[in-house]
Amino acid sequence: MTVVLSTAPERAVSWTFRIGLALVALHVGVGLLTLVWTPYDPTAMTGGRLSPPSLAHWAGTDRLGRDVFTQVMIGSRIALQVGIGAVAIGAAIGVTIGLLAAFATRWADDALAATLDILIAFPTLLIAMLVVAATEQASLGTAILALGIALSAILARLTRILAKRVILMDYIVAARVSGSSWPSIVVVHILPNIWPTLSVGFALQFGLAVIAEASLSYLGLGAPPPNASWGRILQEAQGTVYTAPFGAIAPGLALVSLSIGVNLLADGLRDLADPLRRGRR
Amino acid sequence: MTLLDVRDLSVRAGERRLVDGLTFRLDEGERLGIIGESGSGKSLTATALIGLLPAQLRATGSVRLDGSEVIGASERSLVDLRGRVAATVFQDPLTALDPLMPLGRQIGEVVARAERRAGRPAGTGDVRAAVLRLMEQVRLPDPERIVRAYPHEISGGQRQRVAIAMALACRPKLLIADEPTTALDVTTQKEILALLAELVAGHRMTLLFISHDLPVVAGIVDRVLVMKSGAVVEAGPVARVFSAPEHDYTRDLLAAAARFDRALEGA
Repeated sequence: MTVVLSTAPERAVSWTFRIGLALVALHVGVGLLTLVWTPYDPTAMTGGRLSPPSLAHWAGTDRLGRDVFTQVMIGSRIALQVGIGAVAIGAAIGVTIGLLAAFATRWADDALAATLDILIAFPTLLIAMLVVAATEQASLGTAILALGIALSAILARLTRILAKRVILMDYIVAARVSGSSWPSIVVVHILPNIWPTLSVGFALQFGLAVIAEASLSYLGLGAPPPNASWGRILQEAQGTVYTAPFGAIAPGLALVSLSIGVNLLADGLRDLADPLRRGRR
Repeated sequence: MTLLDVRDLSVRAGERRLVDGLTFRLDEGERLGIIGESGSGKSLTATALIGLLPAQLRATGSVRLDGSEVIGASERSLVDLRGRVAATVFQDPLTALDPLMPLGRQIGEVVARAERRAGRPAGTGDVRAAVLRLMEQVRLPDPERIVRAYPHEISGGQRQRVAIAMALACRPKLLIADEPTTALDVTTQKEILALLAELVAGHRMTLLFISHDLPVVAGIVDRVLVMKSGAVVEAGPVARVFSAPEHDYTRDLLAAAARFDRALEGA
């Protein structure tokens, strides 16, 4: 009778999770560090123009003689701000709409689902550009808001599908029979049960938001100077990519490493959050 | 006193009648069985009684549960009615439990809600004590471990005991058991049935027991309704229906059960 299938408390944490955690931790650490210290003043001319990497300037200097490494470090902070902000806004809008759709009457649900599909058909970047264009002046805040709105449709669709599947389960019926109201069922049962998948969605969108912000900045629609967004550093390095390649390689590497790190972390988190998967690796 | 008064209850999916003109009464403390093959509308009836039919299905007629009309009632008044009056034990205890929540917390949620309703919000310590008491009542072994375990970590019989504990936590007047033993093996079935009978008697609950399995029903209820294709074909005290069935369908069901028993003994 008392069979215990998996109580092994120590489960192997996958290596992908460790790498993801390390990469994200690195960016978080660097981002926090820039709040109190950077190697150089990011806007000061600190050496010759377009000097190659050296001990003094690990990633060389840009056209104006500013230290590229300092700027990439600050870029980490901005990227994290954008990712967290955009996912928070996208989740607030998207999860709400998704849950409403899951509970709506069939007609309203169909209408919402069709609207979401149309919105998703537009590239995230295009929607974000439209939102930025609708505002008076480009700023970091506008970029975050624009990306959040652009991400919300995808998160709404994900939430809707996940919630619809959970709603049909017997334990939801059981909770209703025992007199739970829908709002409390959402908090107690539905959100925890869709969280493992939803959190992976959040992380994927986080990665997308970081890349999309770099694209916006590259196009001059993101955070205006002197914000050292990776996209803007890339854009400024474009003209000199043959003479001083490291000005473009450094922000590019930073962008890729954060994006990959977040994705690996998401995968690992899902395995940890789901007791059914524990111990299977 | 009448706890449940069902008059001319029909459930329709579009034009098709899934339950057709069902009428019965259930007095407090009575134990009624609804039997029939799958698709006969017995589970649907149970769902309609507590106002949980899916949106595509429409119920007509009248269901008065503890004096309140269920058919056409608002979700708000139903939320209040359910749990206070009726609780359900489902067929498959694995899907009836939240896979991502420790069992102790699942029972605790129901306990806390029932206490809040009764106007005396319970502290964490009180809830924990009540959970352990409930687990003892349903004879769950090693409660300290099961409180922290997840549904997939315990056996099917233990899961059904947890589900029964959750139903008990509501202190319902009416316990609806929808094929509570069908997903269990025979020895576990017997234990769960004995437990249900004991709890129903001990808590003076009214029981509505739904099953396709005649011997299972016979041991636990006083009266049965035999359903076929959404309609009642025969009703009466258990002993009478089983010893002198009036309807051909009931006779067929009994004969099939007897054949099955003989086959088991012969094997």
